Amino acid sequence: MNTNLYNYLLGIADNSLILGQRLGELCGHGPSLETDIALTNISLDLFGQVRSYYQYAAKVVGDNRDEDTIAMMRPEREYVSVLLVEQPNTDFGYVIARQFLFDVYHYMFLTELQSSKDETLAAIAKKSIKEVSYHVRFSSDWIKRLGDGTEESHKRIQNAINDLWTYTDELFHQTEADKEMINEGVGVDTSKLKEQYYKHVSEVLNEATLVVPDLKYFQKGGKQGVHTEHMGYILAELQYMQRAYPNMSW
Amino acid sequence: MIEHADIDTELIPILDKVSDPEIPVLTILDMGVVRYAKLVDDLVFIKITPTYSGCPAMDVIADDITTAFKKAGYNVNIDLILTPAWTTDWISEEGRDALEKYGIAPPLEADADKEALLGNKRIVKCTNCGSHNTKLVSQFGSTACKALFQCEDCQEPFDYFKCLK
Repeated sequence: MNTNLYNYLLGIADNSLILGQRLGELCGHGPSLETDIALTNISLDLFGQVRSYYQYAAKVVGDNRDEDTIAMMRPEREYVSVLLVEQPNTDFGYVIARQFLFDVYHYMFLTELQSSKDETLAAIAKKSIKEVSYHVRFSSDWIKRLGDGTEESHKRIQNAINDLWTYTDELFHQTEADKEMINEGVGVDTSKLKEQYYKHVSEVLNEATLVVPDLKYFQKGGKQGVHTEHMGYILAELQYMQRAYPNMSW
Repeated sequence: MIEHADIDTELIPILDKVSDPEIPVLTILDMGVVRYAKLVDDLVFIKITPTYSGCPAMDVIADDITTAFKKAGYNVNIDLILTPAWTTDWISEEGRDALEKYGIAPPLEADADKEALLGNKRIVKCTNCGSHNTKLVSQFGSTACKALFQCEDCQEPFDYFKCLK
């Protein structure tokens, strides 16, 4: 089995799985019907995309593991999602800030992944980017509405941006698998996206009359499987069915 | 790469009986999700592509295709493909008309779509009264492929099928 490719796939898919699960928590609990539907639609898109990645990962491992086993049955330390996506839905400001900070990265990442030498990855990227372009439009729009909205909305979105900023740098960290895949022309060299990412994010924040945080120290660990205290709760819910009823199928 | 669907003419009548489970007025051929259908000996090979990655209708569509062909006396082998990625350009003219009659505004061209979804221009036609005085309510609607609009003249809310290119 190609361990690097397998780990690389998890690195992409786990981000969307955990973020999708977070957004799924809002089903029926969104601040308004329209935002509720929008956020769960985004969640559905992300789940659809991760199915393609996990199906491919199952093919790569080539044993009896399938997409569900890979997605659902790993212990916490084996999930390699970034810390940003597991942060809780504290309020709508946090939901939007987390989404925006991830969407901008996700869109840039998929743009590059489309020219991966790996045909399956390129195909998934070409499919996904169409959906993600709607996500980034939605979250950017809300950043501006909240930032340039009322005094309260401005304060809350600024708080959320300040709190979540510390998790942005990790998006650009590279694992061993990342480096190997970049060398083979399969993976995306995220280090080349970093400057453009912060430039774009800052432009949107400025337009939203928000202050771009000036931070020197950033949190990391998710990509090595070292997660924040929130992750266990997410997995408890995510894995409940598979653990309560082993080998269940729909 | 298959840009144009490659479908055996003799199989069209069978495929034409399978409708989209979420938009029952459209057949899967109208939707453009069937990209390939060939009869080889006794086996029908079919390739379908999802509209959106998370489209929950795909499993149902695959089941419905299998049932339709079984009824007609064929065995089928169905493959889900991702490239080339589905685009709203593949919805047929008949499909677009059927959508509008059903109460879903058909997709505009990419540039116009962007203006409509950003709320910059009022160009989406109300499926109830035909007015263009409509406003965007939400960029995401009842399914991933639709946005929610409301007509300011007749007040009717309606779905708009988002352009996907």
